[in-house]
Amino acid sequence: MTEKIGIDIGSTTIKAVLLDDTNTIVHKEYMRHKSSITNALIQLLYTMKEKTTTTNLYINITGSAGMFLAKENDLSFTQEVISATTALEAEANTFDCCIELGGEDAKIIFFDNGTIEQRMNGTCAGGTGAFIDQMATLINKSPKELNDLAKDYDKIHPIASRCGVFAKSDIQPLLNQGANHTDIAASIYQAIVNQTIAGLSQGKTIKGRVAFLGGPLSFSSELRKRFIETLNLTDVFIPEDGEVFVAYGCALEATTKYNLDKFIKTIEDYRQSSKKRHTKKRLPPLFKNKEAYETFQKRHQNNSLIEADLTTYEGNMYLGIDAGSTTTKLLLLSETYDILYQYYSHNKGNPVELVRKALIDIYKKKPEKAIIKGAFSTGYGEALIKNAFNLDGSDVETICHYEAAKYFNKDVDFIIDIGGQDMKCFKVENNVITSILLNEACSSGCGSFLETFATSLGHDIKAFAKLAIHADEPVDLGSRCTVFMNSGVKQAQAENASTNDISAGLAYSVVKNALYKVIRTTDVKRDLGEQIIVQGGTFYNDGVLRAFEQEIGTTVTRPNIAGLMGAFGAAKIAMKHASKKSTILTLSELQHFSYDKKNAVCKLCNNHCQLTINIFNNKRYISGNRCEKGAGIKQSKDDIPNLYLFKYDKLMTYKQPTKNTNAPTIGLPLVLNMYENIPFWFTLFDELGFNVVYSDRSSKSLYELGQNSIPSDTACYPAKLVHGHIENLRQKDIDLIFYPNMPYNVIEKDYRDNEYNCPVVAFYPELIKANMDVLNEETFIDPYLSLNNKKYFIKDFLNCDKLKQYVSKKALKNAYDKALTAYNDYRKSIFNEGTRAIQYAQDNDIPLVLLAGRPYHIDPEVNHGIPKLIRSLDVVVLSEDAINMRANQTQVQVLNQWTYHTRLYDSAKFITTLDNAHFIQLVSFGCGLDAITGDEIKDILDKNNKLYTQIKIDEVNNLGSANIRIRSLLSSEIR
Amino acid sequence: MATLKYDKDGRLLFTKEMKHDYKILIPAMAPYHFEYFVHSLKSEGYDAEVIKTTDFDVIHEGMKYSHNDICVPAMLVIGQFIDYIKRHNIDKHKIAVIITQTGGGCRASNYVSLIRKAFKKANLEFIPIISVNAVGLEKNPGFRVSLTLLMKLITALMMGDLLMQLYNETAPYEKNKGETEVVYQEVNTYLNAYFYKPARRVFYHPKKLFERVIKRFSQIDVDKRVKKPKVGIVGEIYVKYSPLGNNDLEKTLRNEGCEVITPNILDFFLYTFDSSIYDIETYGGSTISKYAYKFLIKFIEHRRNKVRKQLKKYGFNVFTTYKELRKLSEGFIKKGMHVGEGWLLTAEMLELIHSGAPNIICTQPFGCLPNHIAGKGMIKKIKKAYPKSNIVPIDYDTSATEINQMNRIKLMITNAKRNLTKGDKNV
Repeated sequence: MTEKIGIDIGSTTIKAVLLDDTNTIVHKEYMRHKSSITNALIQLLYTMKEKTTTTNLYINITGSAGMFLAKENDLSFTQEVISATTALEAEANTFDCCIELGGEDAKIIFFDNGTIEQRMNGTCAGGTGAFIDQMATLINKSPKELNDLAKDYDKIHPIASRCGVFAKSDIQPLLNQGANHTDIAASIYQAIVNQTIAGLSQGKTIKGRVAFLGGPLSFSSELRKRFIETLNLTDVFIPEDGEVFVAYGCALEATTKYNLDKFIKTIEDYRQSSKKRHTKKRLPPLFKNKEAYETFQKRHQNNSLIEADLTTYEGNMYLGIDAGSTTTKLLLLSETYDILYQYYSHNKGNPVELVRKALIDIYKKKPEKAIIKGAFSTGYGEALIKNAFNLDGSDVETICHYEAAKYFNKDVDFIIDIGGQDMKCFKVENNVITSILLNEACSSGCGSFLETFATSLGHDIKAFAKLAIHADEPVDLGSRCTVFMNSGVKQAQAENASTNDISAGLAYSVVKNALYKVIRTTDVKRDLGEQIIVQGGTFYNDGVLRAFEQEIGTTVTRPNIAGLMGAFGAAKIAMKHASKKSTILTLSELQHFSYDKKNAVCKLCNNHCQLTINIFNNKRYISGNRCEKGAGIKQSKDDIPNLYLFKYDKLMTYKQPTKNTNAPTIGLPLVLNMYENIPFWFTLFDELGFNVVYSDRSSKSLYELGQNSIPSDTACYPAKLVHGHIENLRQKDIDLIFYPNMPYNVIEKDYRDNEYNCPVVAFYPELIKANMDVLNEETFIDPYLSLNNKKYFIKDFLNCDKLKQYVSKKALKNAYDKALTAYNDYRKSIFNEGTRAIQYAQDNDIPLVLLAGRPYHIDPEVNHGIPKLIRSLDVVVLSEDAINMRANQTQVQVLNQWTYHTRLYDSAKFITTLDNAHFIQLVSFGCGLDAITGDEIKDILDKNNKLYTQIKIDEVNNLGSANIRIRSLLSSEIR
Repeated sequence: MATLKYDKDGRLLFTKEMKHDYKILIPAMAPYHFEYFVHSLKSEGYDAEVIKTTDFDVIHEGMKYSHNDICVPAMLVIGQFIDYIKRHNIDKHKIAVIITQTGGGCRASNYVSLIRKAFKKANLEFIPIISVNAVGLEKNPGFRVSLTLLMKLITALMMGDLLMQLYNETAPYEKNKGETEVVYQEVNTYLNAYFYKPARRVFYHPKKLFERVIKRFSQIDVDKRVKKPKVGIVGEIYVKYSPLGNNDLEKTLRNEGCEVITPNILDFFLYTFDSSIYDIETYGGSTISKYAYKFLIKFIEHRRNKVRKQLKKYGFNVFTTYKELRKLSEGFIKKGMHVGEGWLLTAEMLELIHSGAPNIICTQPFGCLPNHIAGKGMIKKIKKAYPKSNIVPIDYDTSATEINQMNRIKLMITNAKRNLTKGDKNV
């Protein structure tokens, strides 16, 4: 009698089955291993031993965390996707497709008439079990509660599906705007579905009989439902023993016999020895010994605000409310900066209610003679809170933090704030904030990240933080994004690292992320200065604080109210602005306070902002809008020049009045470089007698139309949108789709090194042709063309047989000239509008922002309405191509060989010559070339004492952080 | 320390004076090839050394001195330079660094500028940086690719390609473990000596020398009855060849029981020349350059044909001619796509499939722009044409973990092995 054991060791759980000789499961085990894999495995093997009848049996290991363990001990191993395939084939061979979501991996298997195709997610892709855990934590629910919530959803919100970090920045504003949890829960599941389709199916259709495997799909009925509805599935298979299904397949794959006792002994020996056998680099311990820790603790106790008793206080009081993205903080100050009242809580999705309760508490505790003289709010929800409670004012969080830091050290050089979701760093020179750094979507190793890890390893965050103190040799986990760190932790676990070492390693990661990714310092003294204040909730973690000091090699100040600095700053500002009495709601008003919210979509322009209408008693406050129109303000700002809107509108004027029914129709996708070249192509084809049709305006749904043919999920969003546009064109009644490969751009300056387009812009048509099966080779035309040389243009154009039949050489020559003129006229109109914009700013004495990017950033789906947002702040918006001919940055330190880059350098130089003008660069996530331009532009601006600000944009639609940046930029120089 | 001289744009030059007392540091990329570069340079009166450090500090320094979003090759090269200069007891004022520059429309053409910026940040701006390129960027009075040096470099590349092939083809099947490595070390002693021969002699292709090497490898006792899956490595040039960039992928695959095929480097050079020809023909340009490039391709192919013949004679695989390689990508991607590895990458995948290695790892730095198109972007089309092909794209990044990469590679290998036992040769 031969039994088999299959063991599946995943990133969070360990699963095993025991099969009898008919391959029937006689016993199964499922447990969370909480980072001690070997311990869990040994425990599991002993249980198995009790159930077996023989000592010699087949054993096989599978799963990502099992791989190194098996290798180290020379044990038999089968890759997990193979195990899953085997299990499915044993079940029945009628499957068409299998979707397996694990803790951190997502896999898809296609069974196609005997050929099996297996795919796994790339390195940069969430959408898995860990993602669900993170999202559930975010709204304070267990995964099971999340599932229950999703049952009653009403609408789905768009949430970026690429990875957890991005999704968070989508969910956060939704929470702050008070969207329903039921809707958010369902939207989270929908995001996973979209991610799976976009990331894994890559053009293959998921249809027919589909198997669902893995933890999340076994446990969450609503996730399955989202898949079923989205894919229109009718035949779905969920194995009875879903959670151990892969272990079952692994058992079937077993080919090596082991003596179970010896097997257990091997693992036990490994547990003893393996501490020394790790490949991951280790870091120095945070504290050499207990004494070192005590000295450290004492030193940091010095920076404290004193607490005073509110119930006996008499005099003036000042209130600061920091409505952050995940937490709400409240601080009540006395005239002498004593803390009379403090409050800190997770938002739990309804910050308004939290603040109301806290305020009532204050009113009830305070004696008659204690009077609130002023109240300010700050943070993501500053406007909402200010309006709800009728506060005296609000201010940008950057300014509030600086105010607070000054109290602890008036000579402060550098402030670094690491909160739950974001990281903010400010450099201060001569009492002015000279540079603001915020973490980008892809490097957010912040507080909530530590918390999620702590939870997944089975600890609460405070206990987890303490573990770091005792770490002997912290694991080096690198410092890119959460997804990478997840797998770093996974590897450390597999190598049997202690939880202490992992905790300390994560503390180091947070710090390194801040120093080398966000601040990008190489020389702390030079870049940060000597007087450094650290704040934000994450610095309460002594491990993080110590790692920070270790890494920069000097001591820093951590106030005892590190987590309340924003509120403290707001209170200080309230004190500055205090008048007779605060306008804040009274106790009875608070008690009769009613709050309701409704969702709506603004239809006043094509941005279609998702609005939340907050109704407080009889007052309305609208959030989610980009411009003043959505807020219900009648006064229009349409006459403030905005090059982004101007260019888009201008392009839309290149249209034929009527359709010629006898002529062929050609479709042009509104994508990438086409945004600039439309005047040329339109005129050319119009002259040649074609009907010209464009793809529709970009939108999320247009994107989704093409997302299943995207082969590389790390390409930039503007490129990924191309798939949708082509699909959209295909659905129109047209004869040809024209999308040329253009390695070379136009020549504008003679000192440039070359005039390339970036590889993605240049050759995306090739990718489209290779990945969109629906395209007909006969109708999709993608010649290689350059506009610079007429002779070669004509030659290359006519080389294209599909075009040749419609075009004579003579007509083409004529059309080329007209097209080029049209293009130059278009550029001229932009220059003229640029001139008008600068004049307008001067005449009306309002600030001007150069929003520098690339031509395709005028697509509202790409820029997410940021140009409108800036205009709503009464600011003129310029684009790089409106002013690039006004200055020559002849000397750059990098190769000046991309036309769009040359424009960036030249326009940056020009902007330094204007007063009251600011620079913001729009950078699409995944644009490797902007790693080069960003640095170079910063140098140009630095030399002329201008601030460099960068806003990273992707699928995500998060204006909150853009808003803070823009407002900080505008206000930091005023003060 | 030599006198520092600058050109009119303020670029620090590598002067004639430096040629005599400076050491030129070469970043490690292709382990089989770069040692021969050292000897080519040394024999021409320069002092040179390939940096071989691979430890963690390299990555750390790289992260510190380069931009977050820059690709991993740049980060590693910068890290290697700075780490080496900082940690080794050398006179910082007596070293220069050298780097190749392609001048194409990809980030990689900016390595020189990025290293320069990093050196400035690290207060090492007095170290001259020599750019080697075919397009006439950044000239230096103390460094000139003379005709003899050019000839030596061509031979060096040919030797590297040959040794890479022989090693990969022999090692997995050797009967006596470690013999291939011993032979490799042995032939290197006389290959290195070749570069110091009088100038007149290095003008000719060292046919006998090549034969001696091939013959020596053919004498290694092998057992080809063991069936091993053939796995090809293609991708972005740095992570494709550099063990530091790809976590020693060749070795990993061999340990997993595979025969590794890494396509030749010289094809990349021919491809670069070819691309210039393409651009001149498509968008206009100098006819003289066009013929010069054509001649170079013919010249190198003429020499490589001799090697091909010898390989055939001793029973080794004969690598595809450039002309055939060129044809392979037709119908998949056009020749105009020549940024980064461009169409060559697609062609190499197809070449591997045709030569019985349908198992392919397509390597690229995380977020590599050209590979979005020519690598990942072409996989679907290739799979459609060759359903049995087994291609896995792997992203490399300083923070990407080995376990994640290994898991995916393992899936590919398992399938490769199963296809092999199925006897599935009808690719």
